[in-house]
Amino acid sequence: MTAADFLHAPAEFLFGPFGEFAFMKRALVGSLALCLGAVPVGVFLMLRRMSLIGDTMAHAILPGVAVGYLMSGLSLTAMSIGGLATGLAVALLAGLVTRTTVIREDASFAAFHLIALSIGVVIVSVRGSNIDLLHVLFGTVLALDNGAVAFLASVATVTMAALALLYRPLVIECIDPIFLRTVSRAGGLAHIGFLMLLVLNMVAGFHALGTLLAIGIMILPAVGARFWAHDITGLLLAALMIGALSCWLGLLASFHLDLPSGPAIVLVAGGLYLASMLLGANGGLAWRLLPARHLEA
Amino acid sequence: MSSAITFDNVTLGYERHPAIHHLSGTVDAGDLLAVIGPNGAGKSTLLKGLAGLLRPLEGRIAMAGGRRDIAYLPQRSQVDRAFPLSLFDFVAMGGWRRTGWLRRIAGGERARIAAAIDAVGLTGFEGRVIATLSGGQMQRALFARLLLQDAPLMLLDEPFTAIDEATAKDLMAMVLRWHGEGRTVVAVLHDMDLVRAHFPRTLVLAREQVAWGPTAKILASPDPMAAARKMMEAWDEHAAICGRRAA
Repeated sequence: MTAADFLHAPAEFLFGPFGEFAFMKRALVGSLALCLGAVPVGVFLMLRRMSLIGDTMAHAILPGVAVGYLMSGLSLTAMSIGGLATGLAVALLAGLVTRTTVIREDASFAAFHLIALSIGVVIVSVRGSNIDLLHVLFGTVLALDNGAVAFLASVATVTMAALALLYRPLVIECIDPIFLRTVSRAGGLAHIGFLMLLVLNMVAGFHALGTLLAIGIMILPAVGARFWAHDITGLLLAALMIGALSCWLGLLASFHLDLPSGPAIVLVAGGLYLASMLLGANGGLAWRLLPARHLEA
Repeated sequence: MSSAITFDNVTLGYERHPAIHHLSGTVDAGDLLAVIGPNGAGKSTLLKGLAGLLRPLEGRIAMAGGRRDIAYLPQRSQVDRAFPLSLFDFVAMGGWRRTGWLRRIAGGERARIAAAIDAVGLTGFEGRVIATLSGGQMQRALFARLLLQDAPLMLLDEPFTAIDEATAKDLMAMVLRWHGEGRTVVAVLHDMDLVRAHFPRTLVLAREQVAWGPTAKILASPDPMAAARKMMEAWDEHAAICGRRAA
């Protein structure tokens, strides 16, 4: 074995599948596009202490997706429209109730997602069809066609543009909503706009990873990044890097070990989170266990 | 002298239960007004009404400017200190009126932010994340943000509570400077000595107006709060509809 061969083999192992197979290439492009939108949304979810609300949103889009499926079969367009509709309805109603009544955001989301979920279950059982929900639940990143990749890229573009626009009011709304209310009406717009981005990215995520796992690529990179960065800018960059790394390594694992691709991506993200928690430069557990004398100031 | 705020039979409260009834009166532009009263007297509610966070149940509050001309310091600020933001960026919020959603925070604005941080004695802390600031430093940061808001009307709800003497003294000096610049300042306070020493006018509240006028006159009696305490009543779930009308 020559030196060139020796270098060639790992490169082939790490990058080969994406050059050789068009479906792997589309899966990588699609999941990276998903990251660009979903990861920053996840960072704000975490900072707003809404990490678990993402889960309720995953359930909220499920009934819409099921209705779309019942009406037009395995059509991505129909299922996306259905998911967007129920997701937006739940997000907007929950957001409005939070802003106008004594109910807090978590309780408000819990209430509306349960209503949506039960409506979904009723529809599915009344129609009594034997749907293969696995596709919806666990996604099909390896089966992304060009249309789906274009959809993921569009969502990422819209999300990044909207986040750039909403960034300042959204950050202030997270830190000090009372202050924002006294100087501007932007808080409400930022809040509702953010919830719409959340739904949009959940729907995009379900194409690639399925409704149950879409939230994984939002939250895991965000909480992992918390162990590497001090400020919001660093947090967004670190989370994007963890997200992109998860997609690449997850797809590789899926290819070489013959694992389902969506769970593989989210598992890698979970592994990177655990590694960050142990080794992260900003509060990682390992550093606490090392004996270290306190500083002078 | 022009008026900064006019209360016209104002009732403020929550879910039809008034926290303050039928308040009428005028705050002149440039006034330095102390609002005192027992706990639950409606002092914070009054400031919330002025800041536009609470709509009057009855009556009208007429203000000289719009909502952009108000800088408001809430009682226990609900700042999420865990949010990873630097002191500099935190203070920069105060410039919202100039920067808004998208305008760049460039040279002139950066100099203003640096000056505000300097004025509260936090120079050198610009890059620190707000989570690492002490209680007193955080209060200074909030004052820097107020300073940057550059508003003609300042509303301060218990600005010196739970901070050490030196910090309170520095921040009081800032309030006096604002007064000197002709700004209107309304502050909720508990420290009677501070009120006596620095605040020319005082409003005593006990769910309605007990007294309003020159501090020297109002705080002349041995126990100025006695009348106020007597007037305090608890929230009554089954209170009858208030029959009082504007005088």
